[in-house]
Amino acid sequence: MAKKKKQKKVVDRAKLFNRRALLLGGTQLGLLSLLVGRLYYLQVVDSNKYVVLAEENRVNLRLLAPPRGRIYDRYGVEIASNRQNYRVILVVEQARDVRKLLKDLSGIIDISEKDHWRVLRDAARKRAFVPILVRENLSWKEVSRIEVNAPDLPGVTIEEGQRRFYPYSNSAGHILGYVAAVSEAEQTGDPLLQLPDFQIGKNGIERAHDNLFRGKAGASQIEVNAVGRVIRELKRDEGTPGYDIDLTLDMGLQQYTYYRLGDESAAAVVMDIHTGELLAMASSPSFDPNDFADGIDAKTWKGLLDNKKAPLTNKTIAGQYAPGSTFKMVVTLAGLESGIIKPSHAVTCYGSTSIGRAKFHCWKRGGHGTMNLHNGIKQSCDVFFYDVARKVGLDRIAEMANRLGIGVPLPLGLRGEKKGFMPTREWKQAQFGERWQHGETLVAGIGQGFILATPLQLAVMTARIVNGGKAVMPQLLRRQIGPDGSGAPIATDYPDIGISQASRDAAIRGMIGVVNEPRGTAGRSRITEEGMEMGGKTGTSQVRRISKAERATGVVKNKDKPWEERDHALFIGFAPIHDPRYACAVIVEHGGGGSRAAAPIAKDVLLETQRRDPSRTSPLSSLALAAPIGQDG
Amino acid sequence: MTHYSRHDGARIGLAQRMLQVNWTLVVLICLTASIGFIMLYSAAGGNFEPWATRQMVRFGIGILGMLFVAMIDIRIWMKLAYVAFGVSLVLLAAVEFAGTGAGGAQRWISLGLFNLQPSELVKIAMVLALARYFHGRSHEQIGNPLYLVVPLLIVFVPAALVMKQPDLGTAVLMVAVGGAIFFLAGVRIWKFILVVLGALAAIPIGWQYLHAYQRQRILTFLDPEQDPLGSGYHILQSQIALGSGGLFGKGYMQGTQANLNFLPEKQTDFIFTMLSEEFGFVGALTLIGLYLLLLIYGYAIALRSRSQYGRLVALGITSTFFLYIFINVAMVMGLIPVVGVPLPLVSYGGTALLALLFGFGLLLNVYVYRDIRLARTTED
Repeated sequence: MAKKKKQKKVVDRAKLFNRRALLLGGTQLGLLSLLVGRLYYLQVVDSNKYVVLAEENRVNLRLLAPPRGRIYDRYGVEIASNRQNYRVILVVEQARDVRKLLKDLSGIIDISEKDHWRVLRDAARKRAFVPILVRENLSWKEVSRIEVNAPDLPGVTIEEGQRRFYPYSNSAGHILGYVAAVSEAEQTGDPLLQLPDFQIGKNGIERAHDNLFRGKAGASQIEVNAVGRVIRELKRDEGTPGYDIDLTLDMGLQQYTYYRLGDESAAAVVMDIHTGELLAMASSPSFDPNDFADGIDAKTWKGLLDNKKAPLTNKTIAGQYAPGSTFKMVVTLAGLESGIIKPSHAVTCYGSTSIGRAKFHCWKRGGHGTMNLHNGIKQSCDVFFYDVARKVGLDRIAEMANRLGIGVPLPLGLRGEKKGFMPTREWKQAQFGERWQHGETLVAGIGQGFILATPLQLAVMTARIVNGGKAVMPQLLRRQIGPDGSGAPIATDYPDIGISQASRDAAIRGMIGVVNEPRGTAGRSRITEEGMEMGGKTGTSQVRRISKAERATGVVKNKDKPWEERDHALFIGFAPIHDPRYACAVIVEHGGGGSRAAAPIAKDVLLETQRRDPSRTSPLSSLALAAPIGQDG
Repeated sequence: MTHYSRHDGARIGLAQRMLQVNWTLVVLICLTASIGFIMLYSAAGGNFEPWATRQMVRFGIGILGMLFVAMIDIRIWMKLAYVAFGVSLVLLAAVEFAGTGAGGAQRWISLGLFNLQPSELVKIAMVLALARYFHGRSHEQIGNPLYLVVPLLIVFVPAALVMKQPDLGTAVLMVAVGGAIFFLAGVRIWKFILVVLGALAAIPIGWQYLHAYQRQRILTFLDPEQDPLGSGYHILQSQIALGSGGLFGKGYMQGTQANLNFLPEKQTDFIFTMLSEEFGFVGALTLIGLYLLLLIYGYAIALRSRSQYGRLVALGITSTFFLYIFINVAMVMGLIPVVGVPLPLVSYGGTALLALLFGFGLLLNVYVYRDIRLARTTED
């Protein structure tokens, strides 16, 4: 009986077990289905999302900076190029003992104390497989010394980058501008700009056409593992190199002109009067763009900023000066074109003229005697032009100034371009709430007062007078370059500015007289080489406003003034006189008289320009450039 | 005392016993383990070293051990149950003093040739001990709460020791297996409900006893995005690997997540992820299918056994096996927090594999002796 009862219990246990086992099995099957469901969701439904994530994990895109487009002059001389920049890289993982390695490396190349500590610090901080820059800008000699010793330098590799290089140093610094590291404010989101050693144009042509020079970034797809170690390169796209640009400059002439300006704070522009091509555009003193590309040091930078002669300013386009007597050409043409005066117009100069109680002096105290237009220009008689200006009136003068390019923009696309200034009655009323005074018209007649012009504008003015009256515009690029880098030849069929030939001839004859006739103000700067003679006009402007307003001082006039207060010397010229081809404008800040300081420079520059004219001699022989600086060695 | 007839406990000849072994189950185990070898070869980047060869050697030894275990008379196993449990408990306690650590936890005892992980042994020993205990108790006795004190100790003493190592995953697994055996043994369901409610109430207290990193793991699990490069990283990378595998996978040894080390511990805890990345949904289903077959065999053996001991051992082992699978796969999919539980038969690891094969040996043993009736107590 007891045995039977026991038996029953055993059966009960088995049944209970079976029931509960089924329940447990069901639960486990349910949980397993849950896993399969989730797996299905991850691997089938949502798979694409994770495929992308896995790929992003795996592939790092490394941008490759394309070589920057180069800059050439009109004859194909490279004036901004890219130099191989060799750098020593250290991979700690392979080097093991970094201290010893640095010591060994110091015996082969120079490593500064600063670099030394930086490398040790980086080695301690960064992951062992991340390359550390030891030094850049290695010379080829240093590179080869490292290569030779390579077996004893584990973990050391040479990397090749590119560095902007300007073989002509200072002479075209202002035009070329420079490149430098991208600042925070310049970040546009373009990943190329975020490359650690990427440089962009900051000034001049480098800045104006930066987008063309930059090219299109290449990319290297690198497979990386979870800690970022590079496993292999998957794909490589070299990108598109930046576009090269040809300038209108003749680098030889540019260099000549720059050095001819010497230590003066001065500027000179040489232009082809028909095409507007700028053959030289020098501003002195200048700076070396290489300093910027290499990362300018604080001392050099401070030196540039503190220099009274403003080496960072491109005076050819950003320097605004009262044109002085060079402006008399505008007054001449305004008078002749309006018919108010004729070339035979005569005025007697006693050294001054008066309006009401105000007295206006001629530069020649004793007076010039009776002057007609030709002599008035030749001897730059102020009294003659006071008279003409008074008769012609400000409005006609202003209109003619604008037609000739003064007070209007002549854009080259460079940074800091100024458009000069030509005052009008309306302007004065609006600006000062005062009526325009008759006396002010007289002052304007000799290019003083409010009138301002840049050397570029003076060159354009000269060109427009002597080129047959075409509204030539200055050109710095040999081709008009579109946004895609394609170029079309620059337009040279400039519209007529509507000045009669008779008027222009009278003006030109006067300018020829200035240089080539007795008593001409620039007689001492006559070009004697046959067929290369120049004509021109001197100018001396009182220092009221100069390129930097704070340097302006009073109107006191004497020879013993400090440099800052001396008059500016100006000269506009053209050559050759029989069939003009080149126009030139020169300003020497605080140089004294135009005939003394500016005309001799113009003479030399115009002479050199004509000597280098390829239509005159074989172009190749004219390419006798001074040896460019800094050729490796 | 001992009887040797076919149906009432007769001695069975060795040849007879060999024939009784469920060979299909053995083949399924070998197939599953082979998937592991293939994945370990891939995990080493196409090398037998350092994992695949060693795993194969261990498996070979383990399979022989498994058959050996299956051959031994089931009554001897039942007799040894408490002893085995006691020994494994002592080893587990020894970890506290002589254990070697890895990853912030002390889990191993160095035995010169290899490191022993007592927590793996104690899981199996616990099943044996519980099975023996419940085998010896009548249904009425089990209804009496006093009789539950001993089995509760059998579960919670080792679980507490494992928890202290700290190894949250194994502790949870042990409690769950213990619970399953209690349930199968016939403990009233309302008692389970009571325990669960009690456990829920204890959560705030238990939270304080968790290590900072354990808390972090749980928090990270709840919101993996909060720390994508820290603790949440593994979960995210594992999900990316799984998901990017797609339907058919990236191909053998082509898993980028695994090969490029985005997957942590790919040879152990995250090997399922690696399999799913390289062989896709199809590959993962194949493995889960094999597991399912193994589980079905486990249930079939349990239901076929005539002794309560055999039934409890069979389902205890099967449930342990299931929980391994569930916890590991759910973990790598981000369904539960990251706890270090290997994927049975596939993950690299010595003790875990050997312990598991020992467990399968017991399962086979139950099958070999399925018709043997066992007395309520061995002292009878």
